[in-house]
Amino acid sequence: MAKTDALQGSLDLLVLKILSRRPRLHGYAIMAAIADTSGEVLRAEEGSLYPALYRMEEAGWIRAEWIKKDTGRRARVYELTAAGKKQLGAEESRWQAVSVAINRVLREA
Amino acid sequence: MSLWSRISNAFRGDRLNREIDEEMQSHIDEAIASGRDPGEARRAFGSALLVRETSHGIRVAGSLESLLADIRFGWRQLWRNKVTSLAAVLSLALGIGSCVAAFRLIDALLWRPLPISGANRLFALSRKLIGPEGKPIEDRYWSTPDFNVMRTAVKDQADLIAISDADRTDITWSTDDEIEKAHVVYVSGNMFPLFGLEPALGRLLAPADDRGPGLAPYAVLSCDYWNHRFGRDPRVLGRSVHIEDQVFEIIGVGPRDFTGTETGTVTDLFLPLSMNSLSTRNGVSWHHTFLMLKPGVNPTTTLEPLRQHLSAVSHAFETACSTCFRGATQATRDRLLNKTLVLNPAGAGISELQKEYRRYLGVLGLLVVLVLLIACVNVANMMTAQAAARAQEMALRISIGAGRRRLIQLILTQSALLALLASAVGALFAAWSAPFVLGLVNPPDTPARLDLPADGRVLLFGLALILVVVLLLGLLPALRASAVRPVAALKGGEDPHSPRRFMRVAIALQVAFCVLVLFLSSLFVTSFQRLQNRPLGFSTDRLLLLQTVAGKGQLPVVWDQTAEALRAAPGVDSVAIAGWPLLGRIKINTDVSINNGPPSPTPVFFLYISPGWLSTMKIPLIAGRDFRPEDASPGAAIVNETFAKTFFPGEDPVGRTFSRGVHHPINKIVGVTPDVPDHDLREPNRALFYMPFNPVGDNGAPTPAEFGTFVVHTKAGNPLALADSLRQLIAERRNGLRVSNVTTQLDLVRDQTIRERLIATLGGFFAAVALLLAGIGLYAVLNYSVLQRRREIGIRMAIGSSRTSIVRLVTFDSFLMIALGGCAGLVLGFGAARYVTSLFYQVKATDSEMIVLPACAILLTALLATLPAVLRALRTDPTEILRAE
Repeated sequence: MAKTDALQGSLDLLVLKILSRRPRLHGYAIMAAIADTSGEVLRAEEGSLYPALYRMEEAGWIRAEWIKKDTGRRARVYELTAAGKKQLGAEESRWQAVSVAINRVLREA
Repeated sequence: MSLWSRISNAFRGDRLNREIDEEMQSHIDEAIASGRDPGEARRAFGSALLVRETSHGIRVAGSLESLLADIRFGWRQLWRNKVTSLAAVLSLALGIGSCVAAFRLIDALLWRPLPISGANRLFALSRKLIGPEGKPIEDRYWSTPDFNVMRTAVKDQADLIAISDADRTDITWSTDDEIEKAHVVYVSGNMFPLFGLEPALGRLLAPADDRGPGLAPYAVLSCDYWNHRFGRDPRVLGRSVHIEDQVFEIIGVGPRDFTGTETGTVTDLFLPLSMNSLSTRNGVSWHHTFLMLKPGVNPTTTLEPLRQHLSAVSHAFETACSTCFRGATQATRDRLLNKTLVLNPAGAGISELQKEYRRYLGVLGLLVVLVLLIACVNVANMMTAQAAARAQEMALRISIGAGRRRLIQLILTQSALLALLASAVGALFAAWSAPFVLGLVNPPDTPARLDLPADGRVLLFGLALILVVVLLLGLLPALRASAVRPVAALKGGEDPHSPRRFMRVAIALQVAFCVLVLFLSSLFVTSFQRLQNRPLGFSTDRLLLLQTVAGKGQLPVVWDQTAEALRAAPGVDSVAIAGWPLLGRIKINTDVSINNGPPSPTPVFFLYISPGWLSTMKIPLIAGRDFRPEDASPGAAIVNETFAKTFFPGEDPVGRTFSRGVHHPINKIVGVTPDVPDHDLREPNRALFYMPFNPVGDNGAPTPAEFGTFVVHTKAGNPLALADSLRQLIAERRNGLRVSNVTTQLDLVRDQTIRERLIATLGGFFAAVALLLAGIGLYAVLNYSVLQRRREIGIRMAIGSSRTSIVRLVTFDSFLMIALGGCAGLVLGFGAARYVTSLFYQVKATDSEMIVLPACAILLTALLATLPAVLRALRTDPTEILRAE
């Protein structure tokens, strides 16, 4: 449960960052990548990942495409748009500012 | 982009759901493939439905999607009740179409601003005074010298513009001898610049073209005339046109939209004001005067001082004018000088057509609005019945959480669907009917030409109308339906009577509107019938009228010889000459003085006629004799009965004498005829005398006549068949006479009743529609109520109720409502009739038959409409009902 709370408000940032490094991932791969790179500390819930993906798609930050996989099944893969790159920059600097501020509070309070 | 994808997604909701499901499934497959427990992987998603719902909501414009769902649902509802929906759409279409058509006519004639700059700063000057018959009249004409004085007096605050009526004038183009008719307007040189108009070709008239009498023989064509007479030929510049004995050079073509300031008449030729010989005459009022405020001047503060200033200047001019009231008595002079100058907004132009039709169009507007209301009440009723049938469904929707807003949207969507379908059909109806009605207005010799564009104004009106209709139709049923308390409704309804109560009020409303339409229409129809059946006192059968002009005039003998030639033509029965035709547009009056006494208090009208005219017109002689060829005017005279009664009461007028004004030559009465209407069918008969079409001057020598009308009685039934050959015959004689207009006496009589015919036709049509709609509405309500009360009726029958009491049970309330509505309609009718009394001819709103007629019509309709429901009630089989229970 703590994992989800840590993700609150930063899921967008994580998804954008993952997609900026590794384009054309489907939902499961994005989820797996978040878990992997965070050393299994952060886990995106399926129940909130997909609404977030759709929201970002409607916002124009990412775009989706159906591809045919080797198994013959179709998968929907996502990649960043130009607007998404800009958004990533904004989210990153916001996150930096917030974490700096939180760290300061932790140190000095 | 995002909004667009959300909107487009709304149109493919099902596919979207499938895609979302597929993506979820592929996620789960991946999870399983990577070694997760299938059950756990599925559980991780939580409620699949919820995820899908949330995801769907993000990707779709939700309100649009629900709207689409409502539209689909509404369409299915309409489709399921095809017959009622069709009836609803058609009746609404009729209502909406009629309203739009009426709006097009009213807007084009009365409201639409002229296509000029500063139409809102344009005012027309007129004067209110007491007319010769003692009634207040409005004089809209001015003399040019008076105009000039006023123009100089106010030149710092406003500009004055002079514009004459668009008179249908005989013109000849230099290349051919054929006489043509064109609407000619004289305008002051400042009109085009002040109106901000630019030429389509050449140049327009300028102030310099108005510098003095006869100095600028220039003419400007209207673009419309250039179009249809010259096919937009640019070589028209420099051509000359002959009008009477003047020659004008074409210097330009006006802008495309501008057809003059006389709404309903399209001007063909614009000429400079100073080119009209009347422009130098002090005493002749012949053109309109418009006032245009300077830009930026505030009308509310400047208009009244301007009016007073103009009034004082004009009054001073007339008082000082020596020739203005020449020959008038002191009393007449005082009456003419005592007038009030009025400024009326004229941004929509001014015309006789506007004056004549303003009230008729008002009545027409009222009728169409009433028909639309009836249609709306009708359809709202139908929807209430449907809503009542769906009370359970609504209750279910509410109990599973549908919001009130959502339900209102559902019902409003359905009414919007109906309204849109209806307006599509209505638009077709309006497109056809507005020109059709305008066609009914047209007298043949001066057709009204009105631009009826279907532009933004009409569109805006149509949209507003649809909105009103949607609200009228849907809002009440929607509010009612959504106010359903689910628990009560699911238990079987808290008040089973409430929809019926609403429908009963609707009946009363419908009947009230219907009676109002019937009442007004029957007044107009009766008016028209009485006017049409008014005894004329002369025959209109097989009478061809050749209105003829003779340039500078021809001696009576030339006219007589021409008449003789016409008499010899095949197919001609008899020929006579009159100065102008009966019931044409011309009337000329004069003072009459008996035995050199004072002039008569009211003017008397006269007409020049040749011997034989009375018998050709089938007007009998009461006493005395007809004119003889040797009679001349002044000299002999024939008078009508009213003349005889007015001036020689109780005496034999034959042999008595009178003169036209004091110290004028004496006329001796040789005969007396019955009264005939000579100018207006609606007016009571008045004193009239005839003089021989053989005028002599003071020296006793014959004087030339410039115009006259050959009245030809033909042998064949259709007098117009002879028109061309007779016109040819006159032209071939080359004696200076030229036919300028051909018509029949019957057409002149018909023209007199055009307005009444129009409003009676439309009134009758709308009355029939209103009755039909009311009948359908009544039928639907009763039928519904019987269906609803089948159980009650069955039980009553089973316990021995008589048939009469069943009929009474079914119909009593409705007839009570019909009676209430009928009374309300009549009260409204009396109120409305008071505003239009002047439009009636020999009919009063309080005439008993005027009340009985609509009452009978509505009762008969009600009986017919209730019959099926009553039969259905009586055929109710109690055993069947009770078995079903």
